[in-house]
Amino acid sequence: MVYDVIIIGSGPAGLTAAIYATRASLRTLVIAGVKWGGQLQLTSLVENYPGFPEGIQGPDLMTAMRKQAEHHGAEIIGKDLVKADFTARPFKISVADATHEAKSVIIASGADARWLGVPGEEEKIGRGVSSCATCDSAFFKEKQVIVVGGGDSAMEEALVLAKSSSKVTVVHRKDEFRASQIMQDRVKNHPKIEILFNSEITEVMGAIKVEKVKILNNKTKETTEMPIDGVFVAIGHIPNSKVFEGIETDEQGYIKVRDHFLTNIEGVFVAGDVHDRKYRQAVTAAGFGSAAALEAERWLGSQNL
Amino acid sequence: MADKTFTDANFKSDVLDSSTPVVVDFWAPWCGPCKIVSPTIEELAKDYEGKVAVGKLNVDENPQTAGEYGVMSIPTVMVFKDGKPVKVTVGAQGKDAYKRMIDETVAS
Repeated sequence: MVYDVIIIGSGPAGLTAAIYATRASLRTLVIAGVKWGGQLQLTSLVENYPGFPEGIQGPDLMTAMRKQAEHHGAEIIGKDLVKADFTARPFKISVADATHEAKSVIIASGADARWLGVPGEEEKIGRGVSSCATCDSAFFKEKQVIVVGGGDSAMEEALVLAKSSSKVTVVHRKDEFRASQIMQDRVKNHPKIEILFNSEITEVMGAIKVEKVKILNNKTKETTEMPIDGVFVAIGHIPNSKVFEGIETDEQGYIKVRDHFLTNIEGVFVAGDVHDRKYRQAVTAAGFGSAAALEAERWLGSQNL
Repeated sequence: MADKTFTDANFKSDVLDSSTPVVVDFWAPWCGPCKIVSPTIEELAKDYEGKVAVGKLNVDENPQTAGEYGVMSIPTVMVFKDGKPVKVTVGAQGKDAYKRMIDETVAS
């Protein structure tokens, strides 16, 4: 069977595309990935998604979107994409144990957390190094932790941790945050949060778990060691575009968008954080997802497919 | 058979003293990725019924066991054999990855 559209990704962009595609009576398959639901699965309260005056838990929002897509007939498989062959139509989309064919594809594979890439970090993931404060804050009750980063997600991580940890230090390499003002203010006014600007972690140290870090002040070039129990990394994301051979990206890996959500390959569309370096919001990703699905539907019609 | 519920109280009898290998999913209700793993654990409990015990341990309610095994990030899935953790993965994995952990433990 050839699907009308295969959607790769299951964050707000992918699932919204699936809702629109299925409602347009397109035969729709979503390659959701093992870790389905995207970055919102790693968040707690989402306060800026319209329609939820008191906010909604990120995982709950994603579960609702998934149910809505399934309700309209989307098939969803929880496997990771292995290969996407766009050299001939129908396009061939492979997971570990199967290959599926599609007349059109929407790439909504999102972005993954970026790590620091310093010595000691990788082997201590799960031993004090984390990228998910909402998952792991409970293990740092009455302990001291560092959050690295200066954006909204770093602010959220710091605030989540400050509820239970004894002290949170936000380490940021620049001299100001780029987070929204409301989040910055909450962090700056929090009695348990300290901020180190112009500072970079250069090494994570400890025998088995995290015990201390080396911090470089990039103004004075002075390096100090700080005893610490946990390091939460929130320094942005890397677009998940590597697996797509033949799809044009910019130098940072974001997929290049042609006119209206089309990639450089006809019939292959794109939505969400894998192309959006600017907004990166749940609601913009959902919007891009709906637009990409509408474009795919229009294109299929124009090709009499 | 459904998946088991492990606690600080039954951990010794149901995990450490078990005659078969035991899979323990350390989780908590506030963790999104744990919800991704949860249905997989339930499937594994059925798939390995009679051969391997499979269950979950709520780290909120059972901090002693979680602390003892150095769990600092969830979901963490451990496979125990002869009273010792022999395989550990941190973060949500696919069913195939968990099956591999279990099969390698059974074969060893």
